[in-house]
Amino acid sequence: MNPSAAATVEAIDLTRKPRPLEVLVQGSMFLAGMISILTTIGIVFVLGREALLFFQTDEVTLGEFFGSTTWEPQILEFGIWPLVRSTMMVSLIAVLVAVPLGLATAIYLSEYASERARGILKPILEVLAGIPTVVYGYFALTFMTPMLRSIFGVSIVEIFNVASAGIVVGILIIPLVSSMSEDALHAVPLSLREAAYGLGATKLEVSLRIVLPAALSGVTAAFVVSVSRAIGETMVVAIAAGASPRNWNLGKDGVLTTILNPFISGETMTGHIVRISGGDLSYNSIDYNSVFAIGLMLFLMTLGLNLLSRRFVARFREVYE
Amino acid sequence: MSDKQAFVRTTVSASASPDEQTLTSAVETRSLNVFYGSFRAVKDVDLTVYDNEITALIGSSGCGKSTLLRSFNRMNDLVAGARVDGEVLYHDRNIYDSDVDPVEVRRRIGMVFQKPNPFPKSIYDNVAWGAKVNGYRGNVDALVEEALGQAALWDEVKDKLDQSGYSLSGGQQQRLCIARTIAVKPEIILMDEPTSALDPVATLRIEELIQELKTKYTIVIVTHNMQQAARASDFTAFLNMDEDRAGRVVEFGKTGDIFTRPEHEETENYITGRFG
Repeated sequence: MNPSAAATVEAIDLTRKPRPLEVLVQGSMFLAGMISILTTIGIVFVLGREALLFFQTDEVTLGEFFGSTTWEPQILEFGIWPLVRSTMMVSLIAVLVAVPLGLATAIYLSEYASERARGILKPILEVLAGIPTVVYGYFALTFMTPMLRSIFGVSIVEIFNVASAGIVVGILIIPLVSSMSEDALHAVPLSLREAAYGLGATKLEVSLRIVLPAALSGVTAAFVVSVSRAIGETMVVAIAAGASPRNWNLGKDGVLTTILNPFISGETMTGHIVRISGGDLSYNSIDYNSVFAIGLMLFLMTLGLNLLSRRFVARFREVYE
Repeated sequence: MSDKQAFVRTTVSASASPDEQTLTSAVETRSLNVFYGSFRAVKDVDLTVYDNEITALIGSSGCGKSTLLRSFNRMNDLVAGARVDGEVLYHDRNIYDSDVDPVEVRRRIGMVFQKPNPFPKSIYDNVAWGAKVNGYRGNVDALVEEALGQAALWDEVKDKLDQSGYSLSGGQQQRLCIARTIAVKPEIILMDEPTSALDPVATLRIEELIQELKTKYTIVIVTHNMQQAARASDFTAFLNMDEDRAGRVVEFGKTGDIFTRPEHEETENYITGRFG
């Protein structure tokens, strides 16, 4: 080794330097993420603790909660199914309205619409999303219900009914379905569309058989978020679906005439919570604790939906690069 | 325009040998201009693509080669603001006539793209999809095997047909895309720089494949690789940009002639690498 050559190598400092800003920013981003996680944990904890108090009382057991089809706190009957039935009916009707309409809107916006049509339609959808839910509630009660009654007959459609609330909740979540789905459809690379067109595919074949399957995970996410929104929607159902639990007797009441009849009233889980907690509900009373049991049940329903949809996406998703 | 056509004819007939007399035109453009909004990307192109021959379009970046290629099967329809003026004749029809269905055109004039773009589906479905949408009634399994065989991919994928097209290497993906195009049984295959995203070995395989496909299909290939054009094509069109940045066909002829004795100085400059 030549010592003079070594001497010409300039000494450079490669030691690690402290970068406080990097650490600070990284730390605060981590904290931001943690806040939502901690909030979720906190909510689940409170729900669970209060619900536990509810089931520890002598008046109610888990068996009764899941076994009875009568919810009447006055006589200490706490069967969850009448409330679940209304919530499920409203959500189902909402999804039947919102998914076809929202998905069709999304496909139109993403694949068919001209710039002009997009420029008109998108802001209108955003306006629809911005209408307060209380307005939708009265829209259901004063427009949708009379319309249903004039179509199907006043003797069939009750003034408060889950169909009207369900349809309007569906309309309310259309912007959610369409905008999330459109984002997913739009994210599918143009190269896939070109490949399909290059094989002589029509626009409909490209949209439904290439773009939609490729965007499936995003579209499913849109579906899950909107169903969760429908399950949790409160104002519309509180106004239009009815203000007392619709109890039934399995075996005595017909499945189609009563239990699955969309034209009769039925208080939903959320609707029941706001109604009884709006009054003079005293802390640690059984009514008070029942609210948390219902809340926990709602949470478990949306959680179950999330898990199911994950499995669905994992099974059918088409991964593109 | 008439000058250039006359030139095209002389180039072909001047070196005519018995089998070249049978050259028939597959696609012909007449005063073709392509615009993107107000920008003219391709200017006054009169070009003939011959049946069962490989025609290469060469030229520098942005000279309109790809735009010209995409006008052969109305792929430019998908670009907002694109407009075509002039004619593209295919089976005696101008494919830009208002009563021509672009879907029917693309079924017969297929396309392979620059970046391999398999569908996010299984290898089998990638090949079968196009045939199925076109109402193929025969044995799909046999069709898939035949198409993958012609694309020289069958032996590599026959045991994993149900795996995603994305599980393949880049070169294999591109051969899959070729197989997918073949499965629709087109007459003409347009290739837009099909090897530019591939390594040299994969490139060579695709070039060999293109030679094999020539017996069954008419091929038009855009390339910025001059060696590729010289190696792999029968006819070459050299495009260059004018001052207004519109692409124009400077010279068209047999590949051997274009590369050994180009008639235009522009062509010679480009081929010898003295491109300004």
